Amino acid sequence: MMKVLMQWLNPFYWLDDIVPARWRGMYTLFKKELMRFWRVAFQTIASPILTALLYLLIFSHVLEAHVKVYDQVSYTAFLVPGLMMMSLLQNAFANSSSSLIQSKVMGNIVFLLLTPLNTLEFFCAFLAASMIRGLMVGLSIYLVALCFVDVPTVHPWWIITFAVLGSALLGTFGIIAGIWADKFDQMAAFQNFVIMPLTFLSGVFYSIHSLPPFWQAVSQLNPFFYMIDGFRYGFFGQGDVSPWLSLSVVATFMLALAWGCLKMIKSGYKLRG
Amino acid sequence: MWQPQLSTEVGFRFFKHSERFPVVAAVDIQGITKKFGQFEALRGVDLQIAQGEFFALLGPNGAGKSTLINLIAGLLRPSSGSIRIMGHDVQSDYQQARMALGVVPQELVFDPFFNVREMLRFQAGYFGRGPENDAWVDEVIEGLGLTDKAHSNMRKLSGGMKRRALIAQALAHKPDVIVLDEPTAGVDVELRQMLWRFIQKLNQQGHTIILTTHYLEEAETLCERVAMMKSGKIVALDTTRALLKNHAGKQLTLRLSGALPIDLQAWVKQQQGDEVVLNVTDLWQVETVLARLRAAQVSVLDMQLQEMDLEDVFMNLVGSHGGSVR
Repeated sequence: MMKVLMQWLNPFYWLDDIVPARWRGMYTLFKKELMRFWRVAFQTIASPILTALLYLLIFSHVLEAHVKVYDQVSYTAFLVPGLMMMSLLQNAFANSSSSLIQSKVMGNIVFLLLTPLNTLEFFCAFLAASMIRGLMVGLSIYLVALCFVDVPTVHPWWIITFAVLGSALLGTFGIIAGIWADKFDQMAAFQNFVIMPLTFLSGVFYSIHSLPPFWQAVSQLNPFFYMIDGFRYGFFGQGDVSPWLSLSVVATFMLALAWGCLKMIKSGYKLRG
Repeated sequence: MWQPQLSTEVGFRFFKHSERFPVVAAVDIQGITKKFGQFEALRGVDLQIAQGEFFALLGPNGAGKSTLINLIAGLLRPSSGSIRIMGHDVQSDYQQARMALGVVPQELVFDPFFNVREMLRFQAGYFGRGPENDAWVDEVIEGLGLTDKAHSNMRKLSGGMKRRALIAQALAHKPDVIVLDEPTAGVDVELRQMLWRFIQKLNQQGHTIILTTHYLEEAETLCERVAMMKSGKIVALDTTRALLKNHAGKQLTLRLSGALPIDLQAWVKQQQGDEVVLNVTDLWQVETVLARLRAAQVSVLDMQLQEMDLEDVFMNLVGSHGGSVR
């Protein structure tokens, strides 16, 4: 009984003995970050799934009969990839950003700063844990949504590519925000005034072709639009722009953000005086 | 090849341990300055601490002790100068330097998600230590009296237990150099004694201990060498014994039947009514005082000879505005 409980609390225990010594520092931070969100899985996994399903229920109930975005795709099915990606992005961001800001405010970040972890190890460990949380939430929403609506998967590799890139991009964004913010208030402002509007105005609930030309052009400046559109292309084989364009934009943003984030960590910005 | 610049006392330690340790200072600080804007927190600190030393860093609040500790730990970057831990520069060779260093922070900080054993394993893991290190983690847990609390969440521990867990975290990767920044602040007597027994044991095993404390009697009892800081500079650096000998001396308190002879006035530290306190550096001076009193036909009604301690040295060197000392 005790062993089962311990395995639930630390589901990654089997990795401990097989990780090579030179990667152990990074692996330990990665594992700690996984366990941190796993310990509060109701808040970090179950809660966003429930929120996404409530969106699905309400929007599909109100708009199913009135909105048709793509031929042969119901509005409810159209919503599923958008809600998946929205939750995936928000949770990948929340994981790294909340962990860092909490550690900074509580002061326990000192235990990380005293270690020999290098810039890349620090970055990769936080990033990988954020990606796993984002992907777990996205996948869970998909599995639960399948109970209510049939969602095709025309190009699975596009789905995987955009899910991985999207979670990586927002995980990186979360690390930057977590390092930059000095208090929870600043973090909430970042989340509410940057992440939330960019997500909601990226075509989660609609196709940008339904917008006036000016707002279509504005939407195309939003990198979140390309993540959601490319991801949705993987499900339906249809999108507002080419998936290759989406991939180029998302990959470019990812590289730029990762470069900036690594520079930030290496310089010790707001971490070391 | 890099050669550490060693003081006589450090050299003595090396001589004592030359068969056990190579000739590299545990901590070698060269010309360190640190500015925060216009404020200069450290103004050219040079300090070498030998391997296996039990060293105390004393000073009033704002003297620069914590800034120096944070620079040693790599939490701050110096404005100029260099610091080496076991021969590794804390900036250019930071990974090796940090491998050799364990720091107990002053504040009671902890991660609220995990229990004591998990935190220690994580901390050891960051330093590349795996399951093979668990025996050492258990030893630390036992040595610090944390066995009953090993599976308790950090949030649920009392202040004293949190302090022990912090110390355990700094030791989790078995560092050569252990820095304790005010480890006994707010800790009860029993825990303090237990803690020092454990730290002394580590020192006897060859670990270098660097301690900052406000409890001067701790430094006097435990530490072989002491540095006193004031306004970002080291104002005294010597063995505890030499500091006490050179700066403290003794106090002779006398109650006299008449006035103190003029040739003894220079020795007066304090005078109130018929009671006078004289500073003497050695015992033979007591006989000189008594001889001069006899010559002046002044009788001694009462006499007390008191050894001065490190606190008196501290007050002499850093002044009366030297902050709180206990």
